[in-house]
Amino acid sequence: MIHHYLGSIEPWFQLTAALLLAWALMFYPMLSIWTNERYRKWPMHRYIFWFVGVIAAGASLVGPLADAAHTSFATHMTGHLLLGMLAPLLLLHGKPLTLVMRGLPTTSARRLSRLLNSRFIAVASHPASTALLNFGGLFILYKTDLFVLMHQSTAVYALVHIHILLAGYMFTWSILYTDLTAHRHSFRLRAAVLIVALASHKVLAKSLYAMPPAGITTSDGEMGALIMYYGGDVIDLALIILFCYSWYKATAPGRIARAV
Amino acid sequence: MASKEQAITDETAHKLQKRNFWSGILFGIGSMAFIDEVIFHQLLQWHHFYDLATPQIGIFADGLLNSFAWFAAIGGLFMFADLRRRQAVRMRYWIASVLMGAGAFQLFDGIIDHKVFRTHQVRYQVELWPYDLSWNLFGAALLIAGLFLAKSAKERRSA
Repeated sequence: MIHHYLGSIEPWFQLTAALLLAWALMFYPMLSIWTNERYRKWPMHRYIFWFVGVIAAGASLVGPLADAAHTSFATHMTGHLLLGMLAPLLLLHGKPLTLVMRGLPTTSARRLSRLLNSRFIAVASHPASTALLNFGGLFILYKTDLFVLMHQSTAVYALVHIHILLAGYMFTWSILYTDLTAHRHSFRLRAAVLIVALASHKVLAKSLYAMPPAGITTSDGEMGALIMYYGGDVIDLALIILFCYSWYKATAPGRIARAV
Repeated sequence: MASKEQAITDETAHKLQKRNFWSGILFGIGSMAFIDEVIFHQLLQWHHFYDLATPQIGIFADGLLNSFAWFAAIGGLFMFADLRRRQAVRMRYWIASVLMGAGAFQLFDGIIDHKVFRTHQVRYQVELWPYDLSWNLFGAALLIAGLFLAKSAKERRSA
């Protein structure tokens, strides 16, 4: 229970989140159906990935799970797994960037592609940067007063949740080249980053087991840490299988090697 | 011309042999870590998730080892699938490498993880040394069995 420093989350957060989620659910099929006129039919499984991804992210932002996460660390951690790990993996397989590229008029698409090829994106989308953004962010959230602060201010709460989703997405995007990727790195580099990143997730889970953030009871903290550790393992497993499968496809005999 | 082609074939064969070795080693490491997790952590519950006496370096080493082992188990299997696709599996040699990987991991876990980093012990509230001894002897036995099998695989091939 984290009652004693609990401020209530103002309704504008849930309202904005619900609007954005509804927008994501509506705009995606609109864009794909509209672009079907000019391009190959957008496959059904991508819609499913996108919808389930939006629902996973939504469950952790609005509704009963999000409300319960406010008083229970274990539920908070379940929501965190959905928002920071599962939703990014699903959303990425909806290939939103490819879809946006398909839908944009030529000049805007060129502008977007110039942005993607820029030095800034090269640095920001490097696996090491996205890993640092993602897991460094988690260390700051759980090992400083940010966790307490988050439960007192709706603005901080909103920022933290946006960060978790976006950093999780950037990380998954930079490891699996499922969607459009401008700057590619070798399998070896990505494997090394993935191993260190997943290790730091485990290290953080264990340190939370021993010392949960302020105001959380021991049993609640232990449960949350176990969910983080073993729940993370399940999604890591999916991530590793997809990563290795992409290696398997890329090294097929007779295939002309591309620059990764 | 013929010798150049021969050289290329030799190089490919060497590469594929190395891939047999590494696929086996990785899969051996990964499966041993998985067996350790299932038997000692979950079923027997001898090992503790965190015994609250582990130094920070132990937590870090264990996290790295576990995440590497997850990766090794899956990566090793995908490498094996790649070898099958190329019809280049050398089964005896591969099994030998699995045994070597598993044995090396068991020894590493028993000596470095349990003793040097003190991540956790084999069992709690008991006389520890018989457990440590059998743990490491088992690892050494796997490793030696792997070495012998690899040697016999090599001899069978050159005979």
